[in-house]
Amino acid sequence: MNRVNAVVVGAGAAGGIVAKALSTAGLSVVLFERGKWYTANDCRKDDLRNQRTTVLGNAFGPDDEGNPRVWVDVAGATHIALPSEGAYQNNAACVGGGTLSYGAQAWRYLPQDFRMRSTYGAPAGSSLEDWPITYDDLEPFYEKAEYEIGISGDYSGTPFHGPRRRDLPMPPLPPNREFEILEPAAKRLGLHPFHIPMARNSVPYNGRGPCMRCRWCVGFACEVDAKNGSQNTVIPTALATGNCVLHTECMVTEILTDDRGRARGVSWIDEHGHRRQQLSDIVVVSACAIESARLLLNSKSRLFPNGLGNRYDQVGRNLQGHHYTGATGYFDFETYDDVGPGASIAVTDYNHGTPGLCGGGMLANEFIRLPIHMLDRLPGETPRWGPAHKQAMRAYHRRSIVVMGPTQQIPTAAGRVTVDPGVKDKWDLPVARFEGNVHPHTFEIGEIQARRAEAWLKEAGALRTSIGAGKPSLVSAGQHQAGTCRMGDDPHGSVVNKNCQLHDIDNLFVIDSSVHVTNGGFNPVLTIMAIAYFASDSLVRNWKGTQFRS
Amino acid sequence: MFTRRQFVAASAMAGAALAVGCAKRQRTPWEFLSEPEARTLKAICDQIVPADDFPSASQAGVLTYIDRQLVRHFRSYQESYRRGLQQANLLSKKRFGLDLAAASPQQQFAIVSAIEKQDPHFFELVRTHTLQGYYGSPRHGGNRDAVSWRMLGLAEPPLLGRAQYDLTAGKRS
Repeated sequence: MNRVNAVVVGAGAAGGIVAKALSTAGLSVVLFERGKWYTANDCRKDDLRNQRTTVLGNAFGPDDEGNPRVWVDVAGATHIALPSEGAYQNNAACVGGGTLSYGAQAWRYLPQDFRMRSTYGAPAGSSLEDWPITYDDLEPFYEKAEYEIGISGDYSGTPFHGPRRRDLPMPPLPPNREFEILEPAAKRLGLHPFHIPMARNSVPYNGRGPCMRCRWCVGFACEVDAKNGSQNTVIPTALATGNCVLHTECMVTEILTDDRGRARGVSWIDEHGHRRQQLSDIVVVSACAIESARLLLNSKSRLFPNGLGNRYDQVGRNLQGHHYTGATGYFDFETYDDVGPGASIAVTDYNHGTPGLCGGGMLANEFIRLPIHMLDRLPGETPRWGPAHKQAMRAYHRRSIVVMGPTQQIPTAAGRVTVDPGVKDKWDLPVARFEGNVHPHTFEIGEIQARRAEAWLKEAGALRTSIGAGKPSLVSAGQHQAGTCRMGDDPHGSVVNKNCQLHDIDNLFVIDSSVHVTNGGFNPVLTIMAIAYFASDSLVRNWKGTQFRS
Repeated sequence: MFTRRQFVAASAMAGAALAVGCAKRQRTPWEFLSEPEARTLKAICDQIVPADDFPSASQAGVLTYIDRQLVRHFRSYQESYRRGLQQANLLSKKRFGLDLAAASPQQQFAIVSAIEKQDPHFFELVRTHTLQGYYGSPRHGGNRDAVSWRMLGLAEPPLLGRAQYDLTAGKRS
């Protein structure tokens, strides 16, 4: 293929938006995706093989064959993790990335989330820092994401959000039974409950119909295409311009640089296993926090012996996700109405402002439960097998509510992604290796968040509750992975500048959750999308046709 | 050099051998388990999810689920199952002088309780797989006729949305 203006690596939440923004501005774009493009025929409602319950494998990639990763435990021993195992920290590998099968909560971070160090000070041993941009810088791009991707919800119930110029484009879905049980209880506690913003059509939008409210939601592709991701919004728009080519099942192996230290394209392996090169004026890496860091670290050359952007050993550091904690409440009346997506109500009263705590997180009811999710979520004294377990499943599957939330993690420089010196994947590339953890203060916050969830459930009438608040020994990144190519003004402490451009290489960009300095107490996707709009806006504004041409 | 008579006799024997081979394969429904192993596993699974007014694990097809996956996604557990089932049966013989499958429900309960303590790795495997098979998608051979979902009061086919997929059809994965 001829030289193009831009190569974008990864067709997920961010990569799809960048491809759309650049191709509609007239740039020629090649978009690479290592996974497949799934259709409605692949949306099997399989409780045991989807992107959340993976006991029989991942539905939307990667496969367990040939895609290992390595993790290092607290004692320093290394272990292999397969993609369907928790320690792998998987998101997805397909067109749309995580947005094909996510739950689709579409939160804006709060203004304080961009200024964590100024608000709280950095706990000793942490790498807590401010973003180089503010909520106000991102606000127009949050709005753009909400309208182009399509978000339903209603913020009017809460004062805890940043200023916004426009309401969401779609009203929330009608409340389910859990909403009706939890809302008055939250109000009695003095909280401000409201409808979760969701990238899900509640009314016809963007030429597609509304949610049919089935049981198979988070972890599954949407059968009626009412869940909005990059695969059914911006990527089709990009391809329709005629300026964008999408290569699926193709792996980018290395970013190529010239002898003046600028990016000149990528090498990649096509779907038949042939090694090829794609030359370009700019390269955008949007492969999600773990794979983006790995690609930079695997792109070694004479000028960049430690990988790209890694002059000061910053690539891969500050790996973070969310520390999920919460509680399950058991009721003597039915709480389950078999109406998806299930998650419906949230409070953001606890995200900031608790004395002694560096932040907090949003609390919401959990997505609709499949029976497989209840097996180990029964009241604490329930036998784990036998007739009593079967009875408890019957007693509580329809009479329980889970409230939980993503506690904002306090990152550390030691929690990081590197590449493993020994283990390679099916493309013969060194695989990602995880070590370290987030700051322990995270777990103190998580514990308090779980108690708050419990109090909410008790106020709602739960007769019994059980708490879920662990202390994982390894950083929990998973689907919310972020932070590995930090955005900042100082090249010694960050990888990209506020326009997501590498400090070192002016025609190489990292645009995805890797650049998040901190990850908010919310599901991160809308912020990933807003950053993608923000960064591609600056890219297009600065594009002079020859601006990035070497 | 064969005579015609020898050739006919040899062909007949080969045919008979072939027929026996086929019959042997057809006699068991299992892809991995032997018939005695399946009987032992059935006894354990039916302690984990016993029958009441709704079917037991084996009645709902959990053995089919586990057996299928032992040559697919659970391949790495083949040895654990072989060894664990053998040990469970030995324990029953030692304690009660009976195969586990032939023991009374009370005796089977005692054996499964003992395995839970003595061989937690194997027990957790069987417990997890049994519950997955019983409460998971009928597509994989367990939860036959969506019986556990109906037990929990979940409409099947679902009232909301469409059930455009036959949950029992398609490629096994």
